[in-house]
Amino acid sequence: MRPVLEIENLRIGFPDGTAAVRGVSLRVHRGETHCLVGESGCGKSVTALASMNLLPRGATRSADVMRFHDEDLTRLSERQMSRLRGARMAMIFQEPMTSLNPAYTIGSQMTEVFQRHRRATRAQGMDRAAELLERVGITAPGMRLAQYPHQLSGGLRQRTMIAMALMCDPELLIADEPTTALDVTVQAQILRLIQTLQRELGLAVLLITHDLGIVARMAQRVSVMYAGQVVESGSAADLFGAPTHPYTRGLLACIPIPGKTPRDQPLGSIPGTVPKTGAGFAGCAFRDRCTYATPECAGTIPRRTVAADHRIHCTMVPA
Amino acid sequence: MKRLSTLLGLSIVGAVVLIAAGADFLAPHDPFAQNLMARMIPPCWMDGGSSLHLFGTDQLGRDYLSRLMYGARISVLIGVLTVVTSGLIGTTLGVTGGYFGGRVDDAVMFAITCRLAIPLILVALTVVALIGSSLTVVVLTLGLLLWERFAVVARTTTMQVRNIDYVAAARAAGASTPHILLREILPNILSHLIVIATLEMALAILLEAALSFLGLGVPPPLPSWGLMIAEAKDYMFFSPWVIMVPGVALFVLVLGINLLGDGLRDLLGVSTRR
Repeated sequence: MRPVLEIENLRIGFPDGTAAVRGVSLRVHRGETHCLVGESGCGKSVTALASMNLLPRGATRSADVMRFHDEDLTRLSERQMSRLRGARMAMIFQEPMTSLNPAYTIGSQMTEVFQRHRRATRAQGMDRAAELLERVGITAPGMRLAQYPHQLSGGLRQRTMIAMALMCDPELLIADEPTTALDVTVQAQILRLIQTLQRELGLAVLLITHDLGIVARMAQRVSVMYAGQVVESGSAADLFGAPTHPYTRGLLACIPIPGKTPRDQPLGSIPGTVPKTGAGFAGCAFRDRCTYATPECAGTIPRRTVAADHRIHCTMVPA
Repeated sequence: MKRLSTLLGLSIVGAVVLIAAGADFLAPHDPFAQNLMARMIPPCWMDGGSSLHLFGTDQLGRDYLSRLMYGARISVLIGVLTVVTSGLIGTTLGVTGGYFGGRVDDAVMFAITCRLAIPLILVALTVVALIGSSLTVVVLTLGLLLWERFAVVARTTTMQVRNIDYVAAARAAGASTPHILLREILPNILSHLIVIATLEMALAILLEAALSFLGLGVPPPLPSWGLMIAEAKDYMFFSPWVIMVPGVALFVLVLGINLLGDGLRDLLGVSTRR
């Protein structure tokens, strides 16, 4: 089956010389949640923005392949791109408090997307908006439609954002840390909602997060990013069952598991900091923090296959 | 207290606008009709005043109250038209510079700096000398020169707003750049612009009075408040009320607009705070 979103060897640079993304490849299939996980600044958000061509001014993007269904995203004009955005690919942002325009009612903001892409009337848009608000679990949608964003709580706003993203039946939903700004109970509700919607609508979801708990709960496929590269990718079962890359293993060692993690012992941590990966940087970006590092790690790092569809970017030969 | 001053400002401005709009019906006399037999009659509350001319008459025997009412029309007209013109220019430049940044912003900043270097009165003097004075010339001169505060405020507020997530969200939903500028950014900086508009309106009214006083504003016999002061200045030692009446009117209107502006700033500031 053809993936909904296919990215091969994506590179993104910023005007100050930092290489934010250095050869990322990923595929998101229909009906699948693909988690992009990594720490702050590893390039996961930028990767998402690049696939919607929403990079900040001055950033440069190049990729061998960047395809959304049959559309070659590297060749689309801005006008063609904006026809895709909001219609066939939609995005949810991290901060529900600032993602809605305070000057308009919920209804008019939701309707706007629908009117723009579907050439529908306002009344049709309102009907659709009410239907979706109900779908995302908001009671009394009629009342909410007439309210302004400041009258809604954070959880309600994020639900609204999700409903708004779904207005035009997108095939791909990109969620950039959709629950980071919410408290834990609301977080669980929102994640459950995304999961249900994805199953019912057959969405392809690209979920960006730094929270491995969310990954374990949501993902069918995972790509672990470090310093602008995908260091390990595979199915969620493979990745949690047999983490192979030293970085992934280090990350998982940081998480306490009740009944499994020994008491009275410090949790794992990864020593050192992320290096600057500007022009001329070669080798593995993790080598200074890695306990398995060898002189080879300063050279070209091969891609190795651990199992079917489970790959790492490391000099280590998987056992 | 705050509410009271806002209400006071609102009622002053409201009253002046009503008087300006209804001058045709409210004025007791024709403001242009001269009566040399009834020159320099003092207002009704002074010795020798008559109830026929409540605010007295000027040196040509024209009814002062009627001239004051028609003068309000000039002031309000100049204030509104100037602010509309300068607001359009300033907001367009400011929002463009603030949103696009980089070279575009440099150009806008350069334009603002250039504008700040232009002496207003001198330019007005030149324009009037070249084209002659009329209401249109005054409005255009002020409108084309008073936009810099709009530009500065629109630029900075746009810069603050453009990085907020809903602008990114709108782009992610397929919105075009004009749509983002007009529908996402403009409504969110409008409250700031409204406050600037009131301040600029007060400034424009004062400047018109100043220009008219210098003989560079609206031409006589149009009853502008500044012109009334200018025409009356020769008589002020023996009949001080001839400059007091239009002077007080000017003071009260500008005070009213400023009070209203202050009140609006607080009011809009509260509702837009998140």
